Amino acid sequence: MDLRLDAVSHAYGGVEVLRDVTLEAPAGRITCLVGPSGCGKSTLLRLLGGLERPDAGRALMLGDPPAGSLNPLTYVFQHFALLPWRTVAGNIRLVLEDHPLSRAERDEIVADVLARTRLTDFAKAWPRQLSGGMRQRVAIARALAARPAVMLMDEPLSALDAQTRELLMDDLVALWGRERFTAVYVTHNLAEAVRLGHRIAVLSRRPGQVREIAEIDTPLEDRRPDDPALVAVQADLWRLLREEAADADRELTGA
Amino acid sequence: MTDATLDAAPAPAAPASARTGAPAAGAPRPVPFRGGGFQPSGRAWAGPLLFVLLIGIWEWGSASGWITPLTLPRPSAVAAVFGELWASGRLWEHLGPSLGRLAVGSALGLAAGIGVGLMIGLFSLARAGLAPLVAALFPVPKIALLPLFVIWFGIDEASKYALIAFGVFTPTVVATYGGVDNVDRSLIRMGQSFGLSWRSIVLKIVLPGAAPAILSGMRVSLAIAIILLVAAEMLGAEHGVGAFVLTAGSLYDLESLFCGVAILSALGLAVSFLIGRLERRLLDWRG
Repeated sequence: MDLRLDAVSHAYGGVEVLRDVTLEAPAGRITCLVGPSGCGKSTLLRLLGGLERPDAGRALMLGDPPAGSLNPLTYVFQHFALLPWRTVAGNIRLVLEDHPLSRAERDEIVADVLARTRLTDFAKAWPRQLSGGMRQRVAIARALAARPAVMLMDEPLSALDAQTRELLMDDLVALWGRERFTAVYVTHNLAEAVRLGHRIAVLSRRPGQVREIAEIDTPLEDRRPDDPALVAVQADLWRLLREEAADADRELTGA
Repeated sequence: MTDATLDAAPAPAAPASARTGAPAAGAPRPVPFRGGGFQPSGRAWAGPLLFVLLIGIWEWGSASGWITPLTLPRPSAVAAVFGELWASGRLWEHLGPSLGRLAVGSALGLAAGIGVGLMIGLFSLARAGLAPLVAALFPVPKIALLPLFVIWFGIDEASKYALIAFGVFTPTVVATYGGVDNVDRSLIRMGQSFGLSWRSIVLKIVLPGAAPAILSGMRVSLAIAIILLVAAEMLGAEHGVGAFVLTAGSLYDLESLFCGVAILSALGLAVSFLIGRLERRLLDWRG
């Protein structure tokens, strides 16, 4: 299933955050959204997942979600959004409880996603006992449990320290290698975008517009941080972003 | 730090370089520790110790004649009265009905309070309508309403239940909707994004998130419940700890009066202990 934004504009209380954005997230690939802070990246993701209605334009699902998908559009949040009063397994079970599944089926799904994210030993732990990286792994496991058609990832690694971020990026690459999931991945970190994105859309500062879409053909599993081609793409993207970021930085927020 | 000041203080005439305790410039000295305090931790022995100490002084004062039995009875005499009450079975004659009234009245008040608090927390219309109403009811001394409740519900148990329930209701409402307001919105957003039903979001995200605030509200509201219980029993009851205290007072039976007061304190302690157990049970996720 593909996702598409069709000429979407959006404003908050008179402040225009997105202007005429048309963007497609094709199935089986990771589409990265980069842009200066406050450019409406996160808003765009909320529009894509139906957490907000656009003022103009439409968010469209093209094609049907795969059979058995419990929650076709599934988020992974920057701050994990785990329930502190549920264990790791309980947090994952939460998203299955409203679906007509037997207890055995639920347990099976929980065990399966825990195994896929290498969390089996932590099933009974409380979120407060886990490091940031582990918490985000739990959130990813929870997203996988809902068998999403598209994962909407809102700066999933931004709350983590640099080392953990590297490790989780490797995990995501490995996961994509196995499952070929579809994702829209919002980040302000160009290195992440170049590492994980098949397509990278650069947004301008507020009001956000698509400035450029870069395609990277190197397979995810072959991408090395020192690959000259990737370094060149990252430098190009930074040239595009630099001015926007500098201007955005000087803007008054909420003005 | 303290040493240096003390040493320096009595010798103001000495030149700075000659002061004892003030290290020479550049000499290594430990960084002064400033991080202590503000972390109340368990000193379980302090409470009982102070209690025993006060009773001990009191008993000694009474025994030595320093405290006359006309102003304060001897603790041992109060204990003797309690022993009598226990042995004769009259203790349960009074405590039984009191516990019943406390349980029924508080349960009604808590249920209604949590329900209305949730509504105020969840629905804008309920908030706009009910929040000012609750704010208007909160400062009304509930004891003043007892005559009204007697007219409405009769002189029997119902008016006592109503008084206690009403007293528990308002603080519970305020605690509950305050708790709901403080539930992390991103968790609710998460619930919506996974397509959870409204019911699931309320039961699995909002209520557990508000539970700490509701439980600490219960500490306040149940203490109020005990106060109102005694007031109601003083104004019209044959049995009950409040009636017992009132009778003892009018007969100038100070030993019985103090015995009744001690029973009420113990009741308060028991309620607080039970809430502590409940908190540990329900909030074990906080660690």
